[in-house]
Amino acid sequence: MRSSSPAPVEIDVPDIEDVVEPDVPWIVLVWNDPINLMSYVTFVFQKLFGYSREKATALMLDVHEKGRAVVASGTREKCELDVFRLHEHGLWATMQKDT
Amino acid sequence: MFERRFVRRARDGGFEVRLPADERRVIAQVLPQLKAALLGDATADPAFKRLFPVAYAQDPEHEEEYRALVGDELLTTRVAQVDTVLETIGLDRLTEDQLFAWMGAVNDLRLVLGTRLDVSEETDLAVDPSHPDAGAYGLYTYLGWLLELLVDAAAR
Repeated sequence: MRSSSPAPVEIDVPDIEDVVEPDVPWIVLVWNDPINLMSYVTFVFQKLFGYSREKATALMLDVHEKGRAVVASGTREKCELDVFRLHEHGLWATMQKDT
Repeated sequence: MFERRFVRRARDGGFEVRLPADERRVIAQVLPQLKAALLGDATADPAFKRLFPVAYAQDPEHEEEYRALVGDELLTTRVAQVDTVLETIGLDRLTEDQLFAWMGAVNDLRLVLGTRLDVSEETDLAVDPSHPDAGAYGLYTYLGWLLELLVDAAAR
């Protein structure tokens, strides 16, 4: 039997850039503002997220009375798209990691 | 004089829009100003900050990426909405997409005007006619009423 020295193995050291962010969910917040109409905000929640009138109205009232509400959650990519669509519709939306 | 005004869903899925010609003219006069401002340096004007809100309030690095990614598209959508309204301002029938463009453009105008007037929830919009911003308050109030009409029709 022939012994052979093992071929050099290339070790795949993960590049720091490749390390995936831990899978922490993100949330999308909509903030109260004095300009957007309550009816319009409710309509936008229905149109963008497919929420029922009841759910959209409850979220709108949360925004109005508590100053903000979480309207969606998920991966960063999904939340960024949601925020973008809310911005397109003139709503004051931000996103952050769910803590 | 005293024409009836309404917006309502038609059987074909589109919308019937009944608005007096003078009100349509006002919208057609104001919107080109919004468009010019958007195509100018809108983001530098504080009155336009509500059209381009911050997505990542506590994260400047991600915010910069977000801005680079979507800034142009937010602008393009807004300009396209204005163009759609200007093309259809004289019509009595709108498709759903056209109605959504009306909503968007009217809302954008309200956001800019409301920011410029520094409107708060306590602001009394019924200002004295001698107030230097009386015209702007009047337009803001009118646009709010028109938006209610559009939303109400679309939500049915």
